Amino acid sequence: MAEAAAFYILATLILGFGVLVITAKSTVHSVLFLVADFLCVAALYVTLRAPFLAVIQVMVYAGGIVVLYLFVVMLVNLKRPPEAHSDPRRLGRLGVVMAAAVLAQLGAIFAVGWVKPAAVEGTLSPQNVEQIGRALYADYLIPFELASFLLLVAMIGAIILAKREL
Amino acid sequence: MVETVIVPLIMVVTVLAAVLVTVMYIVLLERKVQAWVQVRLGPMRVGPHGTLQPLADVLKLFVKEDITPARADKWVFTAAPIIVLVPALIAFAVIPFASGLTLFGISIPGRIADVNVGLLYIISVAGIGIYGIILGGWSSNSKYPLLASLRSSAQLISYEIAVTMTLVTVIMLSGTLSMVGIVDAQLSKGWWFAFMQPVAFAIYVIGSLAETNRAPFDLPEAEQELVAGFHTEYSGMRFAFFFLAEYANMIVVSAVATTLFLGGWLQPFPNVPALSFLGLVPGWAWFMLKTFGFLYLFLWVRATFPRYRYDQLMRLGWKWLIPLAILNVVVTGLVKVLV
Amino acid sequence: MQTDTPRPMFDTDELVINMGPQHPSTHGVLRLILRLDGERVLDCNPVIGYLHRGIEKLSEHRDYTQIVLLTDRMDYVAAATNNLGYVETIEKLYGLEVPRRARYIRTVLSELQRVASHLLWLGTHAADLGALTVLLFCLRERELVLDLFEEYCGARLTYNTMRIGGQPVDVPPGWDKKVLAFCDVQDQKLPEYEQLLTGNRIFMERTKGVGVITAADAIAVGLCGPPLRASGVLRDVRKDEPYAAYDEMEFDVPLGVRGDTYDRYLVRLEEFRQSLRIIRQAVEGIPEGPIMGKVPRLIKPPAGETYHAIEAPKGELGYFVVSDGKSVSPYRFRVRPPSFCNLQALPQLVKGHLVADVVTLIGTIDIVLGEVDR
Repeated sequence: MAEAAAFYILATLILGFGVLVITAKSTVHSVLFLVADFLCVAALYVTLRAPFLAVIQVMVYAGGIVVLYLFVVMLVNLKRPPEAHSDPRRLGRLGVVMAAAVLAQLGAIFAVGWVKPAAVEGTLSPQNVEQIGRALYADYLIPFELASFLLLVAMIGAIILAKREL
Repeated sequence: MVETVIVPLIMVVTVLAAVLVTVMYIVLLERKVQAWVQVRLGPMRVGPHGTLQPLADVLKLFVKEDITPARADKWVFTAAPIIVLVPALIAFAVIPFASGLTLFGISIPGRIADVNVGLLYIISVAGIGIYGIILGGWSSNSKYPLLASLRSSAQLISYEIAVTMTLVTVIMLSGTLSMVGIVDAQLSKGWWFAFMQPVAFAIYVIGSLAETNRAPFDLPEAEQELVAGFHTEYSGMRFAFFFLAEYANMIVVSAVATTLFLGGWLQPFPNVPALSFLGLVPGWAWFMLKTFGFLYLFLWVRATFPRYRYDQLMRLGWKWLIPLAILNVVVTGLVKVLV
Repeated sequence: MQTDTPRPMFDTDELVINMGPQHPSTHGVLRLILRLDGERVLDCNPVIGYLHRGIEKLSEHRDYTQIVLLTDRMDYVAAATNNLGYVETIEKLYGLEVPRRARYIRTVLSELQRVASHLLWLGTHAADLGALTVLLFCLRERELVLDLFEEYCGARLTYNTMRIGGQPVDVPPGWDKKVLAFCDVQDQKLPEYEQLLTGNRIFMERTKGVGVITAADAIAVGLCGPPLRASGVLRDVRKDEPYAAYDEMEFDVPLGVRGDTYDRYLVRLEEFRQSLRIIRQAVEGIPEGPIMGKVPRLIKPPAGETYHAIEAPKGELGYFVVSDGKSVSPYRFRVRPPSFCNLQALPQLVKGHLVADVVTLIGTIDIVLGEVDR
C-alpha cells in the first residue's frame, strides 16, 4: 500500500519534472529540473530495493553528467533562438507528428512482440552490490571493458579538441 | 513503532542540533587557533574568553539586510545556499557515532541509519552539494562570482576522483560499503585503516582539504583573488548558510575520515586486552576526540601554509594524486590476492 | 587572389579587467588595467596618482628645514631613509661637514629602518600568498623597531629625525644596549621565517620562475635595489658611493642569480642579516663627539644644483635640488623614488603570467604608493 503510494507520487514527480525540463524558459532552469528528475528516479530505485543503483544514479548522473551540462550551459549562455518560420504553430504541429510516429512504433513493437533482455540470474538480494559486481566483472566483462574504452576514447578526443598546444 | 520511528527521529534531532552547534563553535575555534598561532588572542570580549562569540555572529547575520542583486535569478539565488547546506547535513545520517546501547529495553543504535551502501551515499550526497556552489556563483549575475564558482567546482570535481579512489582501497580492506561494517572490520582486523593504508590516508587528507575549499587550496575564496569567490553577492542569512555549509562539510569530511581511517568509535588498540581500560571512555567520546583532532589539523594547516595557485592546484590533483591513488588501489589488490 | 587567414575554430576575445585602486592586495592605491587572454596576462597598465599630494611643488614654498617633514611622507614605511637622503643632498649642496658621531647614528637609524621596511615587505608578501602567520610574526618584530625609534625621536612612523648638518637629538642612555638586544632577538627570529617559507614547496612553486627579469633587461628598464641585485647586477649605493658612515662598515651585498621572485625573496632575507651586522658594528663603534655640525642659522645654500642618492630599502633613492642662492626654499626639488622606477618593470614582469601571479609580482617589487605618487 505504501509502496504503491510512493510509486504513484514519484511517477507524477518524474513526469512533471520531465515536462518542466522541456517547457522551462531558461536553459539553466531546464537543467535543474533534470537534476530533480534524476533524484526522483533514484528514489524510485530505492522503492525497488536497489539502493546501489539509486546511489550510483545520484552520483554519476545527477552529480557528474548534469554538472557538466550545467557548465556548458552557463558558459555558452544560450537563449531561446527566435522563431525562423512565419508560421508560429509549426513547432506544435511538428511535435504532434513526431509523437504520433513514436507511439505508432511502440504500438507495433507491442503488437509483434519483443525479446526480453537477459536478466540477472535469481532475484535481487539485499547484497545487490555484490550481485551487480559479479554480473559486470564476471558474466559481462567484455561489454563493460568496451564501454569504458569508448569513454576513454571520448575523453582523449575532447582533450585534443580543446587543447591549444599539444 | 518506537524503535523504527521515534528513536531515529530523536537521533536525527540530536545529531542535527549537535552538528549546528559544533559548526558555530568550530568557527570560534578557528579564530582562536589561528590567533594563538599568530601570537595574538582572538575573540576575547563576548563571553569569557570569547566563548559566546558564535552567538553574536549568528545574531549579526540574522539581522543583516538581505540584498538580492538586481537581475539575479531569484529562485536560483534563494535555492543555492539551501542546495549547499542540505547535503552537508544529511550526510550525517549514515555515520556511526557509537556502538549502540540499550536504554530501558529499547536498543538505541549508534547511528541514524545503517544503509548497506552507506559510503556511496555520502559520496553521492557530496556531489549534489557542488550544484549549490555553481548556482550560487551563476545566479549572482556578476562576472567575478561566476568565474570563482566554476573554478571552485572544477577543483572539487577533480579532487573527488582522488578521494574516491582512496575510499575504494578502504572498501577493499573492509569488504563492505556500509559505514557500520567498516568500523566493525577495523575492530576485527585490530588495526585502524590509517595504519594499514597510510598512502590512502595521506591522499584522503590532502584531497579533503581541497574538497572543502580549505587552505592551501582555497584560492577560489581568497580575498586577494576574486573578492570573496562565489558567495560575494550574498549577505545576511544566505551568506550564513554558505558559511555553515562550508564548516559542516569540514565536519562531514572529518567524521568520514574518523570512521574510515581512524576506527570510528573504537578505542585505540581495541583488541589488546591490556589496554581495555581505555574502554571506560565511551565510544562517542573517542569519535568526537578523533573528529576534533582531524578538524584541528585543518585549522593548523590553514594557519601555516601559503596557498597554491589554481593551475598548480589542478596539476597536483590530476598529475600526482590521482595516479598515486590508482597505484595504491592496484597495489592493495595485488597484496590482497597474493598474501 | 587573396586568401583569408584561416579563422580559429573558437573565437576567443581579450578581457580587460581593472584591479584596484581599492583591492586587498595592491599595497596602496595602485590601479592596474590588465589585458587578459583567459587567465594569462597579455599586458598590464599601471595607473598611478591616487596618492599624489604635490610634495615636490609644496617644497618650493617651504624652508629647507621644513622639507624634512615632507620627505617623511613619501616612503612612509621607511621614513628615516627619506630624511637621510634629503639632508645629505642639502649638505652636499652646501659642502657641509657632518660630525662622525652623527654619521654613525644616521647609519644605525638607516639600517634599523631597512630591517623594519623589509619586515613589512616580508609580512605582506607572504600574506598575499596565503601564509597569514608570517605577517603577524613580522609585525611583531617591526613593533620592536618602532619602539626603538619612538624612544629615540618620539615618533613611530614619520620621524623627522634628521637635520641638515647632523642630528637634532643625541642617543638616549641605554638605547644602544636596546638596539643590540633587538639585533639578538631578530637573529633568532629569522630562522623562524625561513622555516615557514624558504623550504616550503608551496612557496617555492609560487615564486620560482615567476617574474623573471634578466640583468640586461633590469638595467634597461631602470630597476634598482633588491630586484636589480636579484638579477645579478652588483649595484649598491652604499658600496659604490658610500655615504653616512658606510665607508667604515664591513658588510656584503647579496646577489641573486635567476632574477625571479624567489631570488628577490632570498636577497632581501640576506639583507636582513647584513643590516644586523652593520647595526652591531655601528652601535659598538659609535664615537664620542658633537652631533651637529657648523650650520648657519638660516639655510640658504649657494646657487647650484646637485643630485645625491642613497640606498633606501626599496632601492636607489635620489634627490635633485636646484637652489637659486637667494631664497630659503629650493627652486626645484625633484625626487627619484625607487618604487616609481621599479613599478615601470611591472608590465614586463607580468607578461605571460596568470592573474594570481600579478599579486605576487606587485609584492615582490616592493612598492609604496606614497613614494610612487608623492
